[in-house]
Amino acid sequence: MSAALPAANANAILSVRDLNFYYGDFRGLTNISLDIAKSKVTAFIGPSGCGKSTLLRTFNRMYDLYPGQRAEGQINFHGKNLLDRKQDVNLVRAKIGMVFQKPTPFPMTIYENIAFGVRLYERLSRSAMDERVEWALHQAALWDETKDKLQQSGFSLSGGQQQRLCIARTIAVKPEVVLLDEPTSALDPISTGKIEELINELKSEYTIAIVTHNMQQAGRISDFTAFMYVGELVEFGRTEELFIKPKKKQTEDYITGRFG
Amino acid sequence: MSELTTAVPFDMPVAVDFHARQVRKFKWQDTIFHQLTLFFAFIVLVALAGMLIALAVQAMPVLRQSGPAFLWTDVWNVPDDKFGALAAIYGTVVTSVIALLIAVPVSFGIALFLTETCPACLRRPLGTAIELLAGVPSIIYGIWGLFVFAPLFAKHVQPCLQAIFGKVPVIGGWFAGPPIGVGILTAGIVLSLMVIPFVASVMRDVFETVPAQLKESAYGVGCTTWEVVTGVVLPYTRVGVIGGIMLGLGRALGETMAVTFVIGNANRIVGSLFAPGTSIAATLANEFGEADPGLHISALFALGLVLFIITFLVLAMSRWLIQRGIARQGR
Repeated sequence: MSAALPAANANAILSVRDLNFYYGDFRGLTNISLDIAKSKVTAFIGPSGCGKSTLLRTFNRMYDLYPGQRAEGQINFHGKNLLDRKQDVNLVRAKIGMVFQKPTPFPMTIYENIAFGVRLYERLSRSAMDERVEWALHQAALWDETKDKLQQSGFSLSGGQQQRLCIARTIAVKPEVVLLDEPTSALDPISTGKIEELINELKSEYTIAIVTHNMQQAGRISDFTAFMYVGELVEFGRTEELFIKPKKKQTEDYITGRFG
Repeated sequence: MSELTTAVPFDMPVAVDFHARQVRKFKWQDTIFHQLTLFFAFIVLVALAGMLIALAVQAMPVLRQSGPAFLWTDVWNVPDDKFGALAAIYGTVVTSVIALLIAVPVSFGIALFLTETCPACLRRPLGTAIELLAGVPSIIYGIWGLFVFAPLFAKHVQPCLQAIFGKVPVIGGWFAGPPIGVGILTAGIVLSLMVIPFVASVMRDVFETVPAQLKESAYGVGCTTWEVVTGVVLPYTRVGVIGGIMLGLGRALGETMAVTFVIGNANRIVGSLFAPGTSIAATLANEFGEADPGLHISALFALGLVLFIITFLVLAMSRWLIQRGIARQGR
């Protein structure tokens, strides 16, 4: 099933072509083709187990960590196929950052949480690193809450703050794409609101791909939405169009709550 | 109507009585259970105190004779009834330190491989092999060490070590003397083999407690496996890793049979690691059988007391390290 590609083709930063994904013998994704537009928010919705997280995890080859999982097809990023065996995975992951469902601060201070990733690829002086940390925390709207306790453990923050710390950590290495895998599903509504605001601000500089179970959230924050069902891309288009007049019956049923 | 509803419970005195009886019975059962478990827990304290007192009482004659100097006197003269623990303490500590110096990096590598980079088909056989290695009786390590390892070590490894390090100032002395196979270094190496399965399996278990998402996020900022392990896995599991190392150290300090076989049993201190020496446990195993009642027996009990105290200090130190680690990390 090939869904129509949206008009933003020329601005695509990631273009997925005929992607198939396997967990051992089980096929988790079937012939996915779509473009992720640069500096836009693309949301992936669909019932549990439809493959949206799997798709997201192919963008930074996270599946590589697990033997038996493999992807076939193409994901083009700056003219190179990310799925190519020769592609340096660590570099990909530095360029395409990821934030997970549960906040996962590293077991170190708030400052170190951010400096850790930066140090891997850049050699900064102390003051430059201080600046970078402050900048990342500002970007994640966390600076005011943490500026007086940078030397405390990342675990001392609340859940919502931890999640913003994870976003700050991801942004600090200056990626081009930020992947968010249900970033607010473990958070209360106020923290969720803050993260959504943040996503809105970040999209001018970063391309964002977000998996969410919350359709209102997809509607509020995304420019494009992809609806997936049992490993296939059912419909992909501008968010307003997809939510107001979906082309497929399945999409309509899902967004109106008739199944899923 | 309301009269009826309130009256209902009081219309069933049998049931209420039964209920009260059950409650009393439960309370009684709970008390018994509580007392019983308290008693069991208390046995541990009594046994510990009893052992400490018995050791101290038996050690008294020798401690009265030589005082605290027992700890730092390097004489073990049975005919003249002159006893000092230094040679045995030295052997115990040095062999254990050598064992840990070898075992910790190797175990770390094993645990890392098993949890991070091992292909799925190898994971179970390797893990089982390590657990089996931990189950091999120490006497077997002893025989193997004496009859197989020591001759090979004397023939092939010791001359090499001497050739490489013999001329280096300071550490050259560690490798001086005739390559006879048995000695402090051999004991340390055999001990390390015995300790590795313990430390490796504890490390593997604690590495496995690191949430997959935490590791993924570290990979997600572009870390290599090495960076993930040193930056995230180790800090996250520091407490468990220290615990595993201390478990290994405890085992190394107290190990008797294998060490007795390969340490050479010479009650003296020579700077060289090739020289035969002794450890507390080895001295005890060797001499208890033929010790005369009197100062000799007392000296052996005093050695036992020293070993007890060393082990206790190691345990206390690991506790302290762990506490400090927790406090610093703020969780």
